[in-house]
Amino acid sequence: MLTTRGFFGRRPSSEEAARLPPGQYKETGFPVLSAGPTPVVDIKQWTFTLKVGPRPVKTWNWDEFNALPQTTMHRDIHCVTKWSKFDTNWAGVTIEAIMADARIEAPTEYALAHSFDGYTTNVPFKDLTGEQGMVATSYEGQPIAPDHGGPARLFVPHLYFWKSAKWVNALQFTERDEAGFWELRGYHIYGDPWKEQRFTGD
Amino acid sequence: MDTGVLPSERLVWQRATVDRIVEETPTVKSYFLKAPTWRGFMAGQHVDVRLSAPDGYQAQRSYSIGSAPESPEIELVIEKLDTGEVSPFFHDIVQAGDAIELRGPIGGHFTWGKADGGPLLLVGGGSGVVPMMSILRHRANVAPEVPAVLVYSVRHFADIIFRDELFERARSDKNFSLFLTVTREEVGDPRVRSGRIDGALVADVLARFGGVRPAHTYVCGANAFVDVASRLVIDMGVPFPTIKTERYGGDPARVGAGATPVPEI
Repeated sequence: MLTTRGFFGRRPSSEEAARLPPGQYKETGFPVLSAGPTPVVDIKQWTFTLKVGPRPVKTWNWDEFNALPQTTMHRDIHCVTKWSKFDTNWAGVTIEAIMADARIEAPTEYALAHSFDGYTTNVPFKDLTGEQGMVATSYEGQPIAPDHGGPARLFVPHLYFWKSAKWVNALQFTERDEAGFWELRGYHIYGDPWKEQRFTGD
Repeated sequence: MDTGVLPSERLVWQRATVDRIVEETPTVKSYFLKAPTWRGFMAGQHVDVRLSAPDGYQAQRSYSIGSAPESPEIELVIEKLDTGEVSPFFHDIVQAGDAIELRGPIGGHFTWGKADGGPLLLVGGGSGVVPMMSILRHRANVAPEVPAVLVYSVRHFADIIFRDELFERARSDKNFSLFLTVTREEVGDPRVRSGRIDGALVADVLARFGGVRPAHTYVCGANAFVDVASRLVIDMGVPFPTIKTERYGGDPARVGAGATPVPEI
């Protein structure tokens, strides 16, 4: 470490510091970041598909998906661009509930989420289960705004937030751990904020 | 779609020395860095900067690179945000000769190289012009035949980063056009428009390409600007998949100019 001449910084409180992964700072707003324009996704056209490899197992429309058992999650979220936001509230459908409705068990250990805009991101299946992940359809009691990924986004808050794919429309089981959009462009294959796994090889 | 240089090994923190500092506008300065172990980048990429206090406390931020890959120095362009932690440090404390740490290059998406070709449409709001400048400078160095248009929106005339260089490039480069618009004052300069980017301006811009659609469109700035600008471009028939965006991450009060890394939230 190189000490920076004249830098003392603005430290968070000890309570905040304990909740901040390394290299992160506390954010109170809700920044928007994405690789392309915000797609317009009409809930009348919305579908979500569960796939095994190339094979679709089941597809839900908006009403069918929202009829699945609902779950809420209260979590801190961490963006690889350094901000963290505490105490966010989301609701949606767990991956277990999706799997149960499709009457399948995980055929592989790896999953790749797909989005309406062509975005993809990989998450190990075990990281999507056990109250760690879901497909979220509401944020703070309201529908998710389009620029935050509405109508639905993946929500896996124990990983950097690029893993929580906006505008999600499919979850695909893959034989191997297949890198997604950012993982192919220099970002870490797994993305644990507490290990500061920002970039390839971190 | 992308030709980004992807790191095959871990990005390590490296020492960089501030060679010189240039005031671009009353609130924006360019920091020209020398980094002996730096191994190059693609135009449009950014770096992470790390500052360390004597007790070990560290702060990291991301900044876009404004210089071309051919430049011997890395130019970071930092806007001072008074309530921030890092940008006021740069503006008030950092002097030529100081050392900081950086790692990169980062971002394999919002990039342009000669192999990508053109025409290029670049749309920047405020300090969102910084990665555009890297792309424009690189294009001028390696592929000046590629048609390029920069649409650049700022609040005040005094806020125009790279103003003299942009005017000079627009004057001397027949394949480059500049559409500069100032939103909060009337400027008595025929090279400058007034008002926010709108459909009429985008129509004028696309007409400049002579009926050919831009092959690649890059939009960078604050979230609201990027949403409006990219929607206008899409509505004029530019295909969605050809548009790349970067939006400022973090509370604008905390994050410096050019702090425009890309990943999903």
